[in-house]
Amino acid sequence: MTLFSAAHHRWLAMLALLGLVVFPLAMQALDQSFYIGFACRIMIYAIAASSLNLILGNGGMVSFGHAAFLGAGAYVVGIMMEEGIVSAWISWPVAVLASGLFALLIGALSLRTRGVYFIMITLAFAQMMYYLFISLKAYGGEDGLSLPGRSSLELGSLSLNLKDEFTWYYLVLLLMVLVLYALHRLMQARFGRVIEAIRENEARMEAIGFATYRYKLVCFVIAGALCGLAGALLANQNSFVSPKLIEWTQSGTLMVMVILGGVGYHYGGAIGALVMLVLEEVISSYTIYWQLPVGLILLAIVLWAPTGICGAFSRRAQHGKGH
Amino acid sequence: MPGEALLDVRHLCKRFGGLVATDDVSLAVRRGEVHALIGPNGAGKTTLIGQLSGALRADQGQVLFDGRDISRTSAHQRVHAGLARSYQITSIFKNLSVLDNLALAVQARSGSSLSFWRPLKAERALFEAAAAVLAQIGLQARGDSLAGNLAHGEQRQLEVGLALATEPKLLLLDEPMAGMGPEESERMIALVLGLKAQRAGSDNPLTVLLVEHDMDAVFRLADRISVLVQGRLIATDAPASIKRNAEVRKAYLGDELDDAHGEAHGEAHSSHGAPA
Repeated sequence: MTLFSAAHHRWLAMLALLGLVVFPLAMQALDQSFYIGFACRIMIYAIAASSLNLILGNGGMVSFGHAAFLGAGAYVVGIMMEEGIVSAWISWPVAVLASGLFALLIGALSLRTRGVYFIMITLAFAQMMYYLFISLKAYGGEDGLSLPGRSSLELGSLSLNLKDEFTWYYLVLLLMVLVLYALHRLMQARFGRVIEAIRENEARMEAIGFATYRYKLVCFVIAGALCGLAGALLANQNSFVSPKLIEWTQSGTLMVMVILGGVGYHYGGAIGALVMLVLEEVISSYTIYWQLPVGLILLAIVLWAPTGICGAFSRRAQHGKGH
Repeated sequence: MPGEALLDVRHLCKRFGGLVATDDVSLAVRRGEVHALIGPNGAGKTTLIGQLSGALRADQGQVLFDGRDISRTSAHQRVHAGLARSYQITSIFKNLSVLDNLALAVQARSGSSLSFWRPLKAERALFEAAAAVLAQIGLQARGDSLAGNLAHGEQRQLEVGLALATEPKLLLLDEPMAGMGPEESERMIALVLGLKAQRAGSDNPLTVLLVEHDMDAVFRLADRISVLVQGRLIATDAPASIKRNAEVRKAYLGDELDDAHGEAHGEAHSSHGAPA
């Protein structure tokens, strides 16, 4: 199940972290500052995809409406900024809280259904929200809402300038690392064992005394709240929010990231976001019809590595041990 | 108090469309007894277990457990009240180790599982309690094996162990010997007898409702037997009286009984399915 051994795992993670820390310095030295912002986008999507992986991969709840929480988080930040509240200390926690509450509402209803009905009902909720924001003319309607800038962030007397690409990059990196670490702790704790066991055998979990619905709902809310954080960051990243963030294709993209990276693998969401966005970037520089080759590559990965990139590596590692 | 009813089932009914699966069943299981429920295939035994455990809702009737009406409570609440079931078709967590399986059942009854930070591995109390159950079901040597890698008989032991780890007052065993060879059956009989002996005389004796087709096991384990035929309870009595009961012999037992009490247990086991 694990990618290499636990010790290898830790080394790889440390190496990746080191790479991420020096990345903006290297890009600046190479005069390629554009890629700093690109990396921020990848890290934000890594948070969003990881939150989806928590319910989809670990909890076995195939939600097709996860973009709703991305949109909720983004619109909270956008609308509050429009109303003059620019402090990240206020609008980001509100974004997380609002997305969590929204997930509580959607989850409470949709978790009473199963399988394809669950997929459909989560999709339906996201689409409802999509049309709600399209009709919300006060905040840009279909055209979306351009933001005057980024949130402001004060640490004591120190005011961080989030418009500075370096500051912004390291803040996003810090948040992504915190989210991934928190998810790691959660999966190693009682709660993680419970949701994975529910995925494997829900009836038996009831029969040994777990209120499975409640645990699934809590899991759904945590995922929604974390995706709301990603949404808040994305609104800042783009200085723009629009209903496109909530469209079902966005939910599909998040799902593809998770499948690509590895359903249920700890770094599945992050690696999926990385590979997906890099593919998109590279191929779209050659052709405007980038979706076709990206689609073909996805098809190939799903056919030959159905457990995603993390799964493929873990299998190769196991083969390696035999020699 | 031993002797009083721990489980009191009153006029329970369950229909699936036109099929009456449980037809006005009233049944009392006394504290501390092993009460066997027998009957031909399709008599509604598993459906009845489902209604007692809360997995299925009864259409009519009441289930009283330990003096409380639990007819409307959910399956997980019934487990906390002290009522646990095992499954006829093995239902364990195949991707977890045997010890982790049992620790999960211990976790269900010890504190909140809304714990998001502290590593599960550090919770030694869970694994100590799980190890005690592991010893009880005789799988000490297999604690670290993946449950999915166990032999069939061992999986059946773990199946019972999962229910046991919830520390039930009443254990509902749905065909624990299903698919077992004679040796494995023997081990399961010894397990149930051991559990009973261990807690006999305490104020918390183990009570068992046992659904089983293996008549040899039933007559060795049961203090009382109830017979279910086509959803109706036709008799509840001591084993000796059940054996002589004409209606029971006609509806179900027939030749099965003579087999079970012949010396050649091995032969009886190989055909312990009920007559059609």
